[in-house]
Amino acid sequence: MEVINIQGTDDTPNVILDKSKGKFELSGRSLPEDVNLFYQAILDWIDGYAEDPNEKTEFDFKLEYFNTASSKIILDILLKFEEIVESGKKVKIIWHYHEEEEDMLEAGEEYADIVEIPFEYVPYSD
Amino acid sequence: MEKTIDSHSFLDFAYQLYQTMKTNEISLVYEGEVTQEITKTFTSLTEKNLAKNEESNAVQRKVFNVMVECLQNISKHADSMIDEEGEERRGIVMVSKGEESYNIITGNVIKNDKVEGLTRNLEQVNSLDKKGLSDLYKTQMREGKFSDKGGAGLGLIDIAKKTGAELRYQFKELNDQVSFFILTSTIKRK
Repeated sequence: MEVINIQGTDDTPNVILDKSKGKFELSGRSLPEDVNLFYQAILDWIDGYAEDPNEKTEFDFKLEYFNTASSKIILDILLKFEEIVESGKKVKIIWHYHEEEEDMLEAGEEYADIVEIPFEYVPYSD
Repeated sequence: MEKTIDSHSFLDFAYQLYQTMKTNEISLVYEGEVTQEITKTFTSLTEKNLAKNEESNAVQRKVFNVMVECLQNISKHADSMIDEEGEERRGIVMVSKGEESYNIITGNVIKNDKVEGLTRNLEQVNSLDKKGLSDLYKTQMREGKFSDKGGAGLGLIDIAKKTGAELRYQFKELNDQVSFFILTSTIKRK
């Protein structure tokens, strides 16, 4: 499968989607005005991945900040991985948050309430 | 006849504005079109200001967060004084810093027929506690569809969640078509 490797900017995140290396990562900032424009390719890639996923997927979310429009797209991404879980494969979300950022931890917990995927919360410091 | 401001009264005005800003500790004011570029510029300026003032990371992040949502609300929802399509989305944005809190004040024109719906949303958000806001946010993320403008109806809920304070708002009717909507978000400095 094609590898997606997008370098982050002031308002868009770093994205790595690499099936053969088993690396899945969304990090940095996500506050594009038009979230669909930015995320469509990523959602399409995940649809393709879901057709033949790895036995085990660990997806790292290490977001510093995301706007509310992005929060909805992140849920869409997670729902796609939930389907992969339902198909019998293992998926784990590794939710990184800055140790001083309770809001970011809570955001992860809210997603974990909605989707049936195991979450692991990992604090980091500067 | 063209309207001109003679330089003397302009100087007076500039000085008065300066004084008012000083007195109210207003650190940033912007009036004009709100685009993504303006949002980025504004938030990065504010970030630098906050870092210089050695504000805690959590407070910096909250101010940044609330600014982005307020500005993107304007760029998605502001209406124009004149009724035409494809008009620019303008607004006013102010950031003031007090002893105990930061205030982010935004103002924009909205059509009168939207006032009732917006008031209902604001009142609903204000009636909820932390848990209620979180539940509403989750429901809205799941069920809310993106509007044609790309909004998901999450901005106000998010501001209330992040600030832990009531959303203060006011509508001032300008004519039978439009009103001016002012939203004040307060972030405590602990």
